[in-house]
Amino acid sequence: MKKKSSVILAILILVTVLVSCEKLLPTPVKDEDVLAGTIPGLTMQQEKLHLIGDAAFAKIFTTEEGLGPVFVQNSCSNCHTGNGKGHPSNVVTRFALVNGPSVDYLIAKGGPQLQQHCINDYSAEDLPSEANVFTKRMAPAIMGLGYIAALNDLSILANVDSTDLNADGISGRVNYVNPTSFFLPQSIHVSNNGQYIGRFGKKAEKVTIQDQVVFALKQDIGITSDFDMVDLYNYKLGVYTGDLIPDPEVSVDFVNSLVFYMRTLKAPPRRDAEDADVVAGEKLFTQIGCVSCHVSTFTTAESDIAALSNQTFYPYSDFLLHDMGTALDDKYPEGSAASNEWRTPPLWGLGLAEESQGGLFLMHDGRATSFENAISLHSGEAASRRAAFIALSDAEKAQLIKFLKSL
Amino acid sequence: MRYIFVLFILFSLGLQAQDSAFIKRIPRDTSAMVMNSDAIFNRPFLVIGKSPIAIGGYLEANTQYMGTDGVSDGFSFQFRRFTLFFSSTISKRIKFLSEIEFEDGTKEINLEYAAMDLELHPMLNLRGGIVMNPIGAFNQNHDGPRWEFIDRPLSATTILPATLSNVGFGLHGKVFAHNMSLAYELYFTNGFDGKIIDNADNRTSLAAGKSNAEKFEESNSGLPMTTAKIALKHRKIGEIGLSTMFGVYNKWKMDGVVVDAQRWANAFAVDFNTTIANQTVVNGEVDMVSVNVPSGIAQQFGKQQMGFYVDVVQPLYKGSILKFEKAKINACFRFEYVDYNLGKFTQTNGNIGDDILAIVPGVSFRPSAQTVLRLNYRYHWQHDLLINPASQTSGLQFGFSTYF
Repeated sequence: MKKKSSVILAILILVTVLVSCEKLLPTPVKDEDVLAGTIPGLTMQQEKLHLIGDAAFAKIFTTEEGLGPVFVQNSCSNCHTGNGKGHPSNVVTRFALVNGPSVDYLIAKGGPQLQQHCINDYSAEDLPSEANVFTKRMAPAIMGLGYIAALNDLSILANVDSTDLNADGISGRVNYVNPTSFFLPQSIHVSNNGQYIGRFGKKAEKVTIQDQVVFALKQDIGITSDFDMVDLYNYKLGVYTGDLIPDPEVSVDFVNSLVFYMRTLKAPPRRDAEDADVVAGEKLFTQIGCVSCHVSTFTTAESDIAALSNQTFYPYSDFLLHDMGTALDDKYPEGSAASNEWRTPPLWGLGLAEESQGGLFLMHDGRATSFENAISLHSGEAASRRAAFIALSDAEKAQLIKFLKSL
Repeated sequence: MRYIFVLFILFSLGLQAQDSAFIKRIPRDTSAMVMNSDAIFNRPFLVIGKSPIAIGGYLEANTQYMGTDGVSDGFSFQFRRFTLFFSSTISKRIKFLSEIEFEDGTKEINLEYAAMDLELHPMLNLRGGIVMNPIGAFNQNHDGPRWEFIDRPLSATTILPATLSNVGFGLHGKVFAHNMSLAYELYFTNGFDGKIIDNADNRTSLAAGKSNAEKFEESNSGLPMTTAKIALKHRKIGEIGLSTMFGVYNKWKMDGVVVDAQRWANAFAVDFNTTIANQTVVNGEVDMVSVNVPSGIAQQFGKQQMGFYVDVVQPLYKGSILKFEKAKINACFRFEYVDYNLGKFTQTNGNIGDDILAIVPGVSFRPSAQTVLRLNYRYHWQHDLLINPASQTSGLQFGFSTYF
């Protein structure tokens, strides 16, 4: 009888433990604390497509799958860890031969980007001796890109003030770039003699997310697609010394799934927006004129993804090029963007950067390791804003930085 | 075809089992002087009639409910392993043993061991065929029913590539004196391939480098891999083993032309086990790996790795339970850690992450020495390469493993 009771008790304990499985799992991470998740309003089918894209984004490419033969990284997620900004160990190096107004990206010598890694039995690239300009770029966060992609060009043009007519010292302008061969203009795009407004990239050199995906697949991972069928090679070994994997190495669907994933990643969430210091910090942000470039609010146009149509979002960027002064001049022009011009980077997600990129590494190459340091590097058009920040009291500076951390 | 073969074996067993006098069970030797190096032969076998062949095997299955950072895909039932052993004493000093393993149903079918032993002297035995590389203890002593934990140790399976076997030849021997025994093993086998670094694991991985389908035909590097172990056991204190494994893993020469530098993969392990107060069993292993990784990717993939695990098994009850005369209930606890990338970022001088720390408390019920039912609770913290806040994974596992 005693044994029977023990057995029943043991079974009951076991069943109780199994039934309470959920309680034994780690606490869910708050949605507002992570750079992951989808935009609100997706259908179940779109959620599923997002997950397919998520898997493509995390895919590790191997030699057998076409990695390289020279490459920077073997997957998207290795640079954009947790969908966030990159890490100084993962910066890309671009180079060119610049001679006055003449810019040669040294395509025949492996340009415009250095691939410092290679598959087995191959040779990694070296910087060609002809190059006289080098720039390092850290990966950007990829959250909320769908909203930016769904903007009408007119919304971006609305903030253009290339001759500083309003005399606020800020003169943002767009970067008109030649579209890729596979670019299909939509109603949101405005042509300027066959060129289009770049809205992605550190110098706004890419018109669409697809442009960026195709470029990164090839230049970062060495993966060819239907949109760019020619593999990378080390020019020192000779043309056509590729990886011997038939091209394209990924399908149109694969590229599109990556694009869909990035279009449907939610915008970085705000935290502590009601906090008194954050509210005060935001007022200071406006008062000292940071908002001249870091424009808080935009509204999307109609989109083929209903959840992206007519949505108001808060990127804190005008997506325009600005002269940022000599300290940030990398001597590397792109399209019509001069070497001292940079696209205003969106500030959303800044507060989550430190816990998604293994530390705080700000600006295009990660050289700034604190918010104060990053602001102090603002010069050129932004010199007056930097001076205004420096003039704030310590308490006010802390409030402004707390506001930035809430983004 | 392979399914028919398996069915045949199982059906034959079923028929023979009807005549219990016809089948003789040879139990495991549980004497104190059995060492890890004896594990492959020290298994329960069944001898059928006067057949010179003894057969054995084990299976393990479980269910689990795991989640990461609060997100779970729900319950899974897993059939992890079904293994068949065949052994034969060809003559008094010539033995043969083979082991075929079906993992995850029939997803992986491996000839894990098939070797002949020729005894010239107790201190000098020749072994050849597909042999188990004697690196660490778990690789030699990995049968599911011997462990109180459902998951195999991370250190043994992801720092070292257990279970690892290769085709090759070597020597082994054992000597006894007083309360002590000393054993050695030395093998030259085929080794790893370039997948150590060119893999979908996104890190240096000896385990990825063992999957070369041609490894039983040729050495990828054209050079033998060496594995050596020496172990010492004291009847009252316990056993300690030191082992090493080293070899070139890449194809550095093709058609006689040198196309790459010779890249070495080296491993070193210390294993130990002891029984405290004749009751509490402590079992552990420390594993270290260093791999010559091409310099460009060395920082990301990792040149050096280390890991360890310590298992403690405390009997709570021994005796009759539910008419199982020699049943046992144990409490168990595993503490394990692996660091897949030891070093610092040259750009920031910050530590490189990619590590896992895990604890696994559990309870096991052994109705007989050959069968174990296990309930484990696993909790682990995993850092990515950049040491962002750790993701947390935990959950319950319940399963069994048994020799037959």
